[in-house]
Amino acid sequence: MKKSYKIEVDCANCANLMEQAAGRVPGVKSCSVNFMALKMNVEFEDGADPARVMKSVLKECRKVEPDCEIEF
Amino acid sequence: MNRKQQKMLVRILLSAGLLLIVNLIPLPVWLQCPFFAGAYFIIGYDVLRKAVLGIGNGRFLDENFLMAVATLGAIALAILQKSFEFNEAVAVMLFYQIGELFQGIAVGKSRRSIASLMDIRPDHANVERDGVLIQMDPEEVPVGSDIVVQPGERIPLDGYILEGTSAIDTAALTGESLPRDVFPGSELISGCINLTGLLKVRTLREYGDSTVARILDLVENSASNKSRSENFISKFSRIYTPVVVLGALMLAVLPPLAAIATNRDPLWSIWIYRALTFLVISCPCALVVSIPLSFFAGIGGASRKGILIKGSNYLETLSNVKTVVFDKTGTITQGVFEVQGIHHSSLSEEDLIEYATLAESASSHPISQSLKRTYGHEPDRSRVSDIQELSGRGILATVDGKHVAAGNDRLMSELGIEFIPCRSAGTIVHIAIDGVYSGHILISDMEKNNVQAAMEALKKTGVTRIVMLTGDSESAARQTAERVGIREYRSGLLPGDKVAAVEMLLKESGQRQKLAFAGDGINDAPVLTLADVGIAMGALGSDAAIEAADVVLMDDDPVKISLSIAIARKCLRIVYENIAFALLIKFGCLLLGALGIAGMWAAVFADVGVMVLAVLNAMRALRVPGHS
Repeated sequence: MKKSYKIEVDCANCANLMEQAAGRVPGVKSCSVNFMALKMNVEFEDGADPARVMKSVLKECRKVEPDCEIEF
Repeated sequence: MNRKQQKMLVRILLSAGLLLIVNLIPLPVWLQCPFFAGAYFIIGYDVLRKAVLGIGNGRFLDENFLMAVATLGAIALAILQKSFEFNEAVAVMLFYQIGELFQGIAVGKSRRSIASLMDIRPDHANVERDGVLIQMDPEEVPVGSDIVVQPGERIPLDGYILEGTSAIDTAALTGESLPRDVFPGSELISGCINLTGLLKVRTLREYGDSTVARILDLVENSASNKSRSENFISKFSRIYTPVVVLGALMLAVLPPLAAIATNRDPLWSIWIYRALTFLVISCPCALVVSIPLSFFAGIGGASRKGILIKGSNYLETLSNVKTVVFDKTGTITQGVFEVQGIHHSSLSEEDLIEYATLAESASSHPISQSLKRTYGHEPDRSRVSDIQELSGRGILATVDGKHVAAGNDRLMSELGIEFIPCRSAGTIVHIAIDGVYSGHILISDMEKNNVQAAMEALKKTGVTRIVMLTGDSESAARQTAERVGIREYRSGLLPGDKVAAVEMLLKESGQRQKLAFAGDGINDAPVLTLADVGIAMGALGSDAAIEAADVVLMDDDPVKISLSIAIARKCLRIVYENIAFALLIKFGCLLLGALGIAGMWAAVFADVGVMVLAVLNAMRALRVPGHS
């Protein structure tokens, strides 16, 4: 399952770091962050609960960029 | 500027003000310190906070951490040397924040200007309910509703006109500046602007399936396909910072140790200062921001011309296209077939057309459509039975009890019927009735009037090989190819043969030189997927084509193919310029920093400067080459 989320982040490198951090979260199959469109496209593993997974995605992203936001 | 940026501006001004005061008014050192401390913490508290948080999360290579170490290190050096010269530490932090602020503003601005190019989202629909007009969100309007579109309004949903005539501006979708005239019965595409007359429209699709929603979806998701350059930069940034930090550590320790070993003065403070300069340059942000920005601008600029590119990787591939393969119908020709002549008919022309039309009555092929148009009215299907469609050859059917065979040379040969070949270019439908040859009908497709120009433009952009694929006979294909200026063609292809033909061409074109396939999106989805870049032309109506293609041309102008290659080339050139420029300056600064020629000031200036120039350069990708 693929979903797209609006994000808020200030610098391009932070967006890259968020992409890596989110990709490592269990339940996330792949993740791609578009800094220009401020979008995060997440592909979930089968059976994963997007809402639960996204919570830990946000937690991991906050670790690399404390100011970031993800709307979900 | 948003709130965050306004707040940052205030902090910058406050901090710069304090710094000015210390430098302008002669104060004793013990009184200067609070000013410096104030200026430093006002401008840098968030960096320090993030640095501490970063350590908590085990992130020692975080840019905030490095910036904090660099500035705090400079402060420590000043205290140890008893110079109490804190200007540098505060200024470095100040310029770093000014750079970040500028980057935020520039990126936000370009983001908005690119987004406004794609601003085709309709905000409301005027729905007619019991004779009263109500404004509704387009997403809530069901299929088959009657809506009213006033002059100047954007058409909110796909539909067809019930009443009214007008001119439609399709520029936002197709890049075509000439308005299109519409009248009752015309299909309307959402996202276009109604210019002159009031239109009553019945909707054909829900908002989610309408053209405008599909296009927006496509554009917004385009960035999930990242190019090699983007992946290169994000990989590079991952190793760049650790390497620079390692370099800084070595610079701080090794030369002094070497000096001690040779009984010289270790000059610890000088080498530590140079190492701190390294840390200032260690942030890869300037490098990282300009690459996606260039691609985003390139895709934005192309979309303004009615060229939708589904990802920056396709932009990259497009720039390396050396071979372009055309599916003739719909790309080189208009895809509108007309009966041009009836030759060698043993029956009256009307009868021959009637037999052909009836035999083909069940087919949706463009050939049968053109026969129907010439025939003039709906064929009476009850007269036809036992229809057998032979793919790539024709049709066998029983009409009024007679066995009719309608098809090409191959069909006649297979049936063992002697036929008279046609010398004219086009599709030939031979007719045999009860096994007796009864003449043929010549149907041909009009070439688009700017095909020659399109081929010339392709050659000029550096495409070395142009190949036309067609189901036409050898002689017809040769005539078309010669007329439009294509040297290579593959004729007599059945629909399935196109895949094999493109596979062959792909093998011949090699790894680095890419192959683009341009089709009209009808029956060529497999080939569109197979090619390095699949270009669907005039694909506004075809979902399958939009799905399968990598590049979608909103109208069917063949010149757009060379234009999209030119856009891609320009964009990639800018990307490479930015990568080279940023790397050069970064490494230059590192070298000068190591030698002690460039200090922290120079480092932070270079860093901010590179970023500004790279962002400005990236915005050039918005402008389409050859167009003002």
